[in-house]
Amino acid sequence: MKRLVLIVLALFAAMPLAAQDQLPPAPYAYRQLDDPALEAKAQGLMETLRCLKCQSQSIADSDAPMAGDMRHQVRTRIAAGEQPEAIRAWLIERYGDYVSYAPQNKPIMWPLFAAPLVILLLAALLLRGRFRKGSKSEASE
Amino acid sequence: MIAEIGLAVLWMAAALAVLQLFAGFSALRPSGKVLGGVVRPLAVMQGALVAVSFFCLIDLFLETDLSVKLVAANSHSMKPFIFKLAGTWGNHEGSMLLWVTIMAVSGGFVALIEKRLREETLLATLAGQAFVSLGFYAFLLLSSNPFERLPEPAPEGQGLNPLLQDVGLAFHPPTLYVGYVGLSVAFSFAIGALITRDVGPAFARAMRPWVLGAWIFLTIGITAGSYWAYYTLGWGGWWFWDPVENASLMPWLAATALLHSASVLASRNALRAWTVMLGVIAFSMSMVGTFLVRSGILTSVHAFAVDPERGSFILALLAVYIGGALALFGIRASTVTEGERFSLVSREASLVFNNVMLCGILGIVLLGTLYPLLTEAFGAKVSVGPPYFNPVSAIFAIPMMLMMGVGPLLRWRKDKPSRITATVAVPALLTALALLAVVVLAPGIRLLPLLGIAVGIGLAVASWLPLRGRNLRRTPLSVWGMVFGHFGIGVALLGAASESAFSTERLAAMNVGDTQSVGPITLKLISIEPVAGPNWTALEATVTASYNGGAPVTLHPQARTFSSPPGERTESALHTRWNGQLYAVLGNEGEDGRWQMRFWWKPFVPLLWLGGLLVAFGGLLALLGRVAQDVKRLRVGDKIAFRKARQEMLK
Repeated sequence: MKRLVLIVLALFAAMPLAAQDQLPPAPYAYRQLDDPALEAKAQGLMETLRCLKCQSQSIADSDAPMAGDMRHQVRTRIAAGEQPEAIRAWLIERYGDYVSYAPQNKPIMWPLFAAPLVILLLAALLLRGRFRKGSKSEASE
Repeated sequence: MIAEIGLAVLWMAAALAVLQLFAGFSALRPSGKVLGGVVRPLAVMQGALVAVSFFCLIDLFLETDLSVKLVAANSHSMKPFIFKLAGTWGNHEGSMLLWVTIMAVSGGFVALIEKRLREETLLATLAGQAFVSLGFYAFLLLSSNPFERLPEPAPEGQGLNPLLQDVGLAFHPPTLYVGYVGLSVAFSFAIGALITRDVGPAFARAMRPWVLGAWIFLTIGITAGSYWAYYTLGWGGWWFWDPVENASLMPWLAATALLHSASVLASRNALRAWTVMLGVIAFSMSMVGTFLVRSGILTSVHAFAVDPERGSFILALLAVYIGGALALFGIRASTVTEGERFSLVSREASLVFNNVMLCGILGIVLLGTLYPLLTEAFGAKVSVGPPYFNPVSAIFAIPMMLMMGVGPLLRWRKDKPSRITATVAVPALLTALALLAVVVLAPGIRLLPLLGIAVGIGLAVASWLPLRGRNLRRTPLSVWGMVFGHFGIGVALLGAASESAFSTERLAAMNVGDTQSVGPITLKLISIEPVAGPNWTALEATVTASYNGGAPVTLHPQARTFSSPPGERTESALHTRWNGQLYAVLGNEGEDGRWQMRFWWKPFVPLLWLGGLLVAFGGLLALLGRVAQDVKRLRVGDKIAFRKARQEMLK
């Protein structure tokens, strides 16, 4: 965990717009885009990105300086015309899958996607068995 | 001295639990019948002793006895009284002692008042309860002694995390713990009934008040926790699918399923095996929740390794109890017959459907919570968050809520769909209308909030239909309870969906005197001034807000700085109207001297917590109704016995 934080911090320091805790937050950390449509797009993406320094909060829910910088990144890139998924891919490349709350289409995540289907299947089998037996015994009554 | 008394009394209570276990199980054999008489008194005494031990710890915290390690690490002499009190359970050791206390006191209570069950089943239940509490006694006494002394008293305590210094949070953990432990009583009943092969309506009736009580506390705990997150974290979020939140949601889901299936068992003598199984699952989820929260495994598998002793201990307890209970279930399941049959269209069937859907959500939440830990074992660090939980749980939740509108209208055992079509048509039509209206009025709304609004409205209306054609003054309290509970779910869903669909946000850098707007509200920053509290200082903004140009109201958001331990916290200011809530936060001062302000207008968001409280209120009505019924039944039984005795005498 510690190593990961260090790597993340190192990557962070390498970014041109990176700010440390002492510096004032980047301009778009606490400022919305003027175009409401673009802001909504940015907000939608920010809500699905993890604040790497917090416990289970998205970058849209955090006062951590790092979350502020990521918000700034997301907003400026959206304003520059980038698509949300491209920005997500860029962030994943930098920080790893951990940064995205939306599960990525990778083999290690497939069981997670299969889970609801498996549960539905099990439920259907259970209910079917239950009521088939039920109707049979009722017919024999 | 107090600390030593507390510890000694705790050891004595543990010894009594051993006796209770031994006596309870021996009494089940013909040779040990004599021992049966001591089990109840033992359970009562054990409860009383643990309560004494817990009061000793409270006293140490209130006096801030800094020679006790736990107090020095978690308290501070300057802390306000209420947080000294709450500090007792705001830490690992104290919270485990609270757990054991509630558990032993409930056990004593069962021993005192439970008279409906067969005596052997009750003894087996109390023995089971002793078995479960023994694990926790061992955990407390061997690896987390709350009364440990320091070699030398500390000069001053280290204080309590500022985020936790909040009145709401002071009572949040105990509320959840009462819920968890109530489920342990249900678990013991299930074990007792399995051991004596006595799974039937009497068992369900004895268990039901405990499940109901636990469920009420869990509902309140979750609602309050969500509101706490909403107003203290300063960004207006109210549910994060955080593992700690999930740890409280999972027992709630299981308890909800158990509650409904116990009702079927109590009134129809059906779903026997399923009810026992859910009793085991519900407590398992409480234990899993405790394990997740207490072991530190949440943040990372590696954090778990920092203090492996405690984590392993709870994991071992988990394996022993859950594995043991499941093994017992496996052995005895074949002797538990399924009970009465029912057809596909019946109230039982709708309850089974909803039970299965609840278990589906439970499975998804459990898997999603544990999945990052599983992948970490394979070297991949991933996150599972709202983009997974929201849509996937909706797959199960939406059909379930539709069924909630229909199920209570069906008759037990067998019914015809045609009998209720006219009644159901009203809420069905309303749901469709709401769907259409939202699509037209708010184009571009996402699918989940859209469904949430439509289904929420439909359910809120449909929940009142079971009262149709009834004499309202003679309707049993438990029916009112069901109506309020289901209505509350509809209301909460509506609030949640409306919040996520229609919230508007305004982030602004403001000078004193500037105006801004968010949604229909105009805001003006009047002043920013320093203020001080007992153990914090703060900057306080004065903001006036006016809705559509109406009379302005004043809000005071604060940015607080705590001194012991050092920390910062935003204190958001809320203004509630009938149609929504204004949420205002004061941030930092920018370079240019302007203040970072954050405002949200959240239409109908209070409905979310109002719904939660309505659900809990419904549970309370149901509990009162059931208890009143039981008391009546007992009285009638007594009267009959009395008359019989008198007739005998006259003869």
